[in-house]
Amino acid sequence: MSTSFIEIEEISKRYGGQKVIDRLSLSVEEHQVVTLIGPSGSGKSTLLRCLNGLETIDGGQIRVGGECITDRGVDLDKVRRHIGMVFQSYNLFPHMTVLENVMLAPAIVLRHSKGEIEETATRLLKRVGLLDKAKAYPDHLSGGQQQRVAIARAIAMDPMVLLLDEITAALDPELVSEVLDIVRDLAGNGMTMLLATHEMRFAREVSSKVCFLYDGAVHEEGTPEQIFGAPKRSRTQEFLRTITDADRL
Amino acid sequence: MNEGVRLDFSIRGGVPVLLLSAAFLFALVGAVGCWATLLEIGYWLRDAWPDGATWACAALFVPGIAAAALFWPCLRASGECLSSRRARLSGQRVRAREKLADVRMNCRVAIGYSVSVILVVLLVQFFLLNDRAVAKTFLDFPLIIKTFPLILSAFWLNVKLFVASGIVCLIFGLVLAIAEIAPGPAGKPLRMLATAYVDIFRAIPAILVLFLVAFGIPLTGVPVLSDVPQMVLMVIALSITVSAYMAEIYRAGILSVQWSQAAAARSLGMTYLQSLRYVVVPQGVRNIIPPLLNSLIALQKDTALVTVVGAIDAFNQSMIIAGNVYNLSAVTTVAILFIVVSIPQTRLVERMMQRDRMRRVRA
Repeated sequence: MSTSFIEIEEISKRYGGQKVIDRLSLSVEEHQVVTLIGPSGSGKSTLLRCLNGLETIDGGQIRVGGECITDRGVDLDKVRRHIGMVFQSYNLFPHMTVLENVMLAPAIVLRHSKGEIEETATRLLKRVGLLDKAKAYPDHLSGGQQQRVAIARAIAMDPMVLLLDEITAALDPELVSEVLDIVRDLAGNGMTMLLATHEMRFAREVSSKVCFLYDGAVHEEGTPEQIFGAPKRSRTQEFLRTITDADRL
Repeated sequence: MNEGVRLDFSIRGGVPVLLLSAAFLFALVGAVGCWATLLEIGYWLRDAWPDGATWACAALFVPGIAAAALFWPCLRASGECLSSRRARLSGQRVRAREKLADVRMNCRVAIGYSVSVILVVLLVQFFLLNDRAVAKTFLDFPLIIKTFPLILSAFWLNVKLFVASGIVCLIFGLVLAIAEIAPGPAGKPLRMLATAYVDIFRAIPAILVLFLVAFGIPLTGVPVLSDVPQMVLMVIALSITVSAYMAEIYRAGILSVQWSQAAAARSLGMTYLQSLRYVVVPQGVRNIIPPLLNSLIALQKDTALVTVVGAIDAFNQSMIIAGNVYNLSAVTTVAILFIVVSIPQTRLVERMMQRDRMRRVRA
């Protein structure tokens, strides 16, 4: 039996009495970019947080590289070393400079040598175009710049997969493209990614697979051409119609 | 549509006669009170210090002339009343009401300054009461100068106590706060223990803890424990109480850091303790520097409580002197010493915080 890189099998998550994720299954191959779309409250963010162990699941299991990451014997800190995450609200550490933000986790978690870490951090800041801001504090950067630093901080851990949770949702419209350019660049370099987004045009361009989430489960999945071009199910059609209507305004 | 409606946004009333009279009255009371007090001080100086009295009395003219300045805003207000009237008569409505606004402003300034002067005058009069009895009891300058070396060397004990227990409290308070928020079922007993500690020692008066620890423990006769020097016991006793207060401050600081910061730290693979150490605590502490400093100053003053266990600190020393000469001026010296050490600390921390803000905002 061939197994995928990430296998999510019938996971459930409840908050109080409410099922936020209801027996959701999904698989992701290495170097794939999988996009989660769907109305708010459909479970996109919760799914990403479960993958990162920031939420515990109530049923089902998640396997990464064939190894289960959701049973009780798992060291979640070890899991998170290999699964990077970027948040909607950037969550940079405001008491540290940009460079220190990127260097912190490799230094204390991976315990790499200082020279090596600084070299990597410098290279990554150059890659996101913010080397000149290395000594600045996050408060002094624009939202787009902060989010680019947050991406650099996540990939400084050299993760096997990157989770992006609506990373452009809090940005002013003119700052969205500078962040998406970096995601595009990462995808081109073969980074495995799962992203929740409302940027449909971007999703269509960059995704290997698009999943429409509804009521805590994958309602429909397929290639971008299938989902955006010829959605089969009525809820998907309806959702995409509302989005494109809003776009036309 | 609005025809016939005439808008008038002027403040109601014409020349504020009542306010203007009040301003003159307050200035008069302030100035006269000030001059009377200065005169009394002059007589006192002539008796107490005949050689230097001429120069000292000459110096008294400076506040005397300053007191006359209380009338200045009143006079300006009067002038502005006249120019307001002129403007009104020549049809400049806006200029007239602007001048009236200046009148009100100047009257309020006069009253504000006069009230402050009157309060200070009352305080000085209190010291001059009963043929300067109060001043003699609290401010006998020759006695203050004579006993100063003795008080200062006793104050060294307060400083040592303060520095030692300050360091202990800053560390132990943080440990307590972290125990109070220890996560999970394994942390539950720790949480309960720390919370009980904080509740109990915030309830017991510091003076009681000090007495029980620094006086009681040597009485027990337990081999090692009762041989601990009194100095160490006093530091422990003070730290027990103040660290309970500091724990609450630290806890508030840690809880003020947004949960998303911890999430970001954990998502990078940091352990719970690493996320506290590098991300949550450094940010939390920044938010609570002012209340922490308040606690430290309170601790500094609490060092005077060691008097109850017989240690000769500055306060105890000053009371011994007070008992011998039947005069409290040495106690005043202690008060001044406490003021002198605490004010620079306040300023220092304010500067530190300002620098931190500047550094973060700088490009």
